[in-house]
Amino acid sequence: MPKRTDLTKILVIGSGPIVIGQAAEFDYSGTQACQSLKEEGYEVILANSNPATIMTDHTFADQVYMEPLTLEFLKKIIRKETPDAILPTLGGQTGLNLAVELHESGILDQYRVELLGTPLEAIQRAEDREKFRSLMHQLNQPVPESEIVSSVDQALTFAEEIGYPVIVRPAYTMGGAGGGMCDNESQLRETARNGLALSPVSQCLIEKNIAGFKEVEYEVMRDKRDNKIVVCNMENFDPVGIHTGDSIVVAPSQTLSDREYHMLRNASLEIIQALEIEGGCNVQLALDPDSFQYYVIEVNPRVSRSSALASKATGYPIAKIAAKIAVGLTLDEIKNPITETTYACFEPALDYVVTKIPRWPFDKFAKGNRTLGTQMKATGEIMSIGRSLEESLLKGVRSLEGETEEFYLPSAVQLTNEELNKRLKKADDERIFLLAEALRRSYSLEDLHELTRIDFFFLHKLNRIIDLEKQILREGLTSGLLVKAKRMGFSDAQIARVANTTASEVMNERRGSDIRPVYKMVDTCAGEFASETPYFYSSYEDENESAASDNKKVLVIGSGPIRIGQGVEFDYATVHSVLALKEMGYEAIIMNNNPETVSTDFSVSDKLYFEPLTLEDVMNVIDLEQPEGVIVQFGGQTAINLVDSLTAQGVKILGTTMDAINQTEDRDLFEQLLNKLEIAKPGGESVTSEEEAYAAAEKIGYPLVVRPSYVLGGRAMAIVYSHEELESYLETNVTVHNGHPILIDKYMTGMEIEVDAISDGEDVFIPGIMEHIERAGVHSGDSMAVYPTQRLTKELEQQCIDATAKIARELNMKGLINIQFVVYKGTAYVLEVNPRASRTVPFLSKITGVPMARLATQVIMGETLKAHGYSSGVAAKPNGVYVKVPVFSFEKLRSVDTTLGPEMKSTGEVIGYDQTLEKALYKGMTSAGLKIPTQGSVLLTVADKDKKEMLEIARTFYELGFQLFATEGTAGVIEEAHIPVESVGKVGSDELDVIDLIQNGKVHVVVNTLNKGMRARSDGFRIRREAVENGIACLTSLDTARSIVDVINAMSFSARAITPMEGVNA
Amino acid sequence: MKQLVLEDGTVFVGEGFGSERETVGEIVFNTGMTGYQEVISDPSYCGQLVTFTYPLVGNYGINRDDFETVNPAVLGVIVKEHCEHPSNFRSEETLDEFLKVKKIPGISGIDTRKLTKIIRQHGTMKAMISSTDRPVEEVLRIIQDTALSTNQVKEVSTVKPYVVPGRGKRIVLMDFGMKHGILREFTKRHCHVTVVPYHTSADEIIRLKPDGVMLSNGPGDPKDVPEAIQTIRKLIGQVPIFGICLGHQLIALASGADTSKLKFGHRGANQPVKDLAANRTYMTSQNHGYAVDENSLASTNLKLTQVSLNDNTVEGLKHTYHSVFSVQYHPESSPGPEDTGHLFDEFLTNMEEAQVKTKEDISCLNVQI
Repeated sequence: MPKRTDLTKILVIGSGPIVIGQAAEFDYSGTQACQSLKEEGYEVILANSNPATIMTDHTFADQVYMEPLTLEFLKKIIRKETPDAILPTLGGQTGLNLAVELHESGILDQYRVELLGTPLEAIQRAEDREKFRSLMHQLNQPVPESEIVSSVDQALTFAEEIGYPVIVRPAYTMGGAGGGMCDNESQLRETARNGLALSPVSQCLIEKNIAGFKEVEYEVMRDKRDNKIVVCNMENFDPVGIHTGDSIVVAPSQTLSDREYHMLRNASLEIIQALEIEGGCNVQLALDPDSFQYYVIEVNPRVSRSSALASKATGYPIAKIAAKIAVGLTLDEIKNPITETTYACFEPALDYVVTKIPRWPFDKFAKGNRTLGTQMKATGEIMSIGRSLEESLLKGVRSLEGETEEFYLPSAVQLTNEELNKRLKKADDERIFLLAEALRRSYSLEDLHELTRIDFFFLHKLNRIIDLEKQILREGLTSGLLVKAKRMGFSDAQIARVANTTASEVMNERRGSDIRPVYKMVDTCAGEFASETPYFYSSYEDENESAASDNKKVLVIGSGPIRIGQGVEFDYATVHSVLALKEMGYEAIIMNNNPETVSTDFSVSDKLYFEPLTLEDVMNVIDLEQPEGVIVQFGGQTAINLVDSLTAQGVKILGTTMDAINQTEDRDLFEQLLNKLEIAKPGGESVTSEEEAYAAAEKIGYPLVVRPSYVLGGRAMAIVYSHEELESYLETNVTVHNGHPILIDKYMTGMEIEVDAISDGEDVFIPGIMEHIERAGVHSGDSMAVYPTQRLTKELEQQCIDATAKIARELNMKGLINIQFVVYKGTAYVLEVNPRASRTVPFLSKITGVPMARLATQVIMGETLKAHGYSSGVAAKPNGVYVKVPVFSFEKLRSVDTTLGPEMKSTGEVIGYDQTLEKALYKGMTSAGLKIPTQGSVLLTVADKDKKEMLEIARTFYELGFQLFATEGTAGVIEEAHIPVESVGKVGSDELDVIDLIQNGKVHVVVNTLNKGMRARSDGFRIRREAVENGIACLTSLDTARSIVDVINAMSFSARAITPMEGVNA
Repeated sequence: MKQLVLEDGTVFVGEGFGSERETVGEIVFNTGMTGYQEVISDPSYCGQLVTFTYPLVGNYGINRDDFETVNPAVLGVIVKEHCEHPSNFRSEETLDEFLKVKKIPGISGIDTRKLTKIIRQHGTMKAMISSTDRPVEEVLRIIQDTALSTNQVKEVSTVKPYVVPGRGKRIVLMDFGMKHGILREFTKRHCHVTVVPYHTSADEIIRLKPDGVMLSNGPGDPKDVPEAIQTIRKLIGQVPIFGICLGHQLIALASGADTSKLKFGHRGANQPVKDLAANRTYMTSQNHGYAVDENSLASTNLKLTQVSLNDNTVEGLKHTYHSVFSVQYHPESSPGPEDTGHLFDEFLTNMEEAQVKTKEDISCLNVQI
């Protein structure tokens, strides 16, 4: 079947901002789809509000609309572009939901826009619980006993019938939002209420509990001629009960016999055929470990997170092929891009084991509820490849970049057996490490199985790892055991811990004995056909398949798993650096371990090493490849953290040097640097005892920014306003002890300015300066950023430009640099210097048209800015206003406080742009999912220090026709200003309290600022959480509140009686 | 410690498992990720040492159900890793235990991907699994001196006919090394199956009054069973015939076409085959080292119906006049995809149609009389 010629213009819907459950995988799939469609000669129109993505680059689509992904804006795009068709199946749940909305609105019929990929009927049959169940019954495919409910009472009645525990699954929500397992009536009551609120159709499925079953997924594809294939099947290490996005997953399945494999394969193929999907589909199944009984759990009639994983795990590019199928091509006429000799109509054969481990945000949210269940909580994931399960798993563990770099969690050692048992049974993000700990304590596998229901196969594998550790402990590290350990996947660090030596000792010994890994190719066919794919993974075996060329080459270090603080922005920069290197004639080699991203698409670089990013793994690749140097600027903190150790190994860091990096990261050196350059920074001290802390505090004066020196990314950072607050901070957040100083800085309340620049050592070119809506104190990643600046005076701007240039020149920086300033009493103070690509690189690149990562790469490789037509100074500003708005995933993370502060909490970002700031903000906020009411009521409850400032906001809300509610203290201040307000009771009071107000849907916006003290479970916390659970905008910064008021103001007209003499009377 | 020595001199040292027996055979690889029990017990592997490209073998143990024959004919099993602690509710024993009982040697811990690539590049060749105590030169001499068997079909075919009774269609199944899977497909369809040895004559088969004749899979070169070619030649036109794998190749030879050896064969569960008439591609399970030459079909009454999407080799044939069709792959799966099981229904339909036609012919005759 040739491709369709009756279509010329296709609208692709992206997935929008990165949130839990919908991450970088849709940038990968969307980018592939756009490329694939363009390859076939179609005109591609892309709608995606996420500026941090590769897919929103103009090179990947003909027209890019970074507009809100709402019905309103998509209709506008359709009217303007009049596409022939729309492809929604590559934009995650967002794309699919929009397709349904667009259809229902009638616009698709009106403009004769055809829906490609998955028929509307199929979307409904897969997503609507009732229709799904009836389809399964029709196909004779078993589904767990369940009932659709639309009220809490119905849920309770049904649960009585089938017995607890039951699972709640809200309809049409992504990542299982609002769902969960319930053991009793009160849990069900709460979960069902929450789930019903979150479901756009107010439906939940109450389902029989099949926890403990094996969870197996199939990634299937079908074309319109009914050719059907399974690209990959995967087995969850964690049995049913934990969301698959939060499960450790291995591919292919390990414990399924051929009969079971094909029984489930048949079911999956039957389903994709019945749904008549033309493209990819994901089928999740549960298999009884003790019989052939299975259930179909869920079907995603689209490309999904699992399909990105399956693509990387097998080498088979699902999204790319799905896009081609959508325009009429069939699997047996599309070439397999890996072998280039065979066709896409085959089922990949793996000759390795793939492990996926989720990356959770609990390093940031230490107080969050870490228990894993049916609600996904991970922000990202890593993938690892090995020739044995042990090797694959251990490589995965060290790719996580968590508290530990190997299969050992120091804090687990402190746990009592009782605590260990409890946590093993409940399952949290650290369970894999707890299993290791339990095995070290010689728990029996039977006991572990009893606690976790994890299959004995996996437990035996873990035990083999620990057994080898024990053998090394017993016999010492003989050369035989060293080889055995490396073959099993042990890192040098793991061996060093067990053998009581250092990782560098082990590395030296290994190199001395020439114990090095070889690299194997991922080729989709287990070696059956010759392939030229430059996609490799390491293993300790015989034959090395990765021949190092004589080309001049550069290694680019990727940024690892998506986590809060290190998102898809860094992948964007990495990809552009790789492309620039290729363009410059270098062989561009990339190392990364994130299966969701574009950078790990083997067609992006000249060579891809899918490997952990520890020193050992990076050095192994360097030893083989002997690149000219390594670029670390684009891989976020992951890559920067390797600089010292790589330099120590004699590796050349290209661009900004280790010395320069250290001068920006080491506090003392940094201070010396700024003093020398006469650049202002907030006063501060570093202290090592409580006494010193209080003394320093007195000297500097409150308010203060306090943080431990040994953590990164704003973790455990806080602003304290008084001695009491400092006291409580020191008590609850950090233990002061020698060697780990606490940094105490003056907190300057002022506008925050962010500068991104490219320096070649001589010239320092600034593509753009941004100002933050929220004052300094809110992490820059959580602030709304505006470009160009709106409030910055010419003089202050010049201060920022000068400081940036001075620092960059002094440090002879080559590449990107990001500086944050706070404007305080007419001076710009430097808060932070990042000698690397920042989060705002893609945002600014797209607006200004300056290809920042590319330019930086050219500079890093020795070219001058002048040669590319750039000189010192700041680039000309474009028309219009552009805002970057952060997006949070709070509804997925129970018990996480939503208040904004120095610790970053957002998972993604969106862009909004238009002619005025208010319009741009409106779009940005809408894209971010904030519901901006034009009327209704607002609840104000603010800290004492904010009461005065709040008044103006309250007044504007009132003038805009909003009804005001406020808690007692806040209400008092408002009343005093003669603004009508209704006072409501504090949490738990007898009268109507704030919580009731929110639950009853009586308020539409909540303005709440953090009360003093670090009390985690304060009333404020409850108010904020309650707003999140009920989907109400909760603004925790007065700056955010003010900008929303401005937006509402711009959108509406206030009703005000005319007072002609107003000015005179005043 | 054991070693695997290839005819070209390549030596792999690994750990021994299974039987201690030393064997020489033809080395091949299979790319299936599940189904090792079926592969090991598939009689078509008679005389061969089979390498599993998937590195973890034995994960779900050995169960009582999934055998394709009672006594496996494979000469050796080569894996990266064999599982000592299998996990599956049907598991009865480990792969190691099973191979020991069946006296099949195994070798593990070797770079099976490297081995696979050697086989891919140099083609299938002779190899030996031996103890490392035996010097490599000696092993190579043994390999040189050992001629690969040419009577594998005789080794694996049933010695006596037997009946698997049913109330449906009567089928004579010529056993060239039949996998149980084929029989299972017929019993599932309530057929009455008489399994006969490979050398059973056409007359004997016709005397059994079959509704159809099934030609099974089997090991080795189809030209090594000339008696079967004769038999099939006589049967064509007398009774509906369906051939699988070796049976398919034998139909081709009986019709005047030719077969030849493939460089390294097709062995795996992911082989795409295109049905030319339906313009559709199916995933198939395959295990063959020989194939029908497409060019040789021109002078025959056979029509090419299916081809391999990977290398365009012949995968399906149909007789222009008579009710004869065949496929190179395994529609009975076990192991592998079950996407082409409908071919057995087609065969049943063919038999049905043949009966109707016979009745019509008879009534035609009656009218003429």
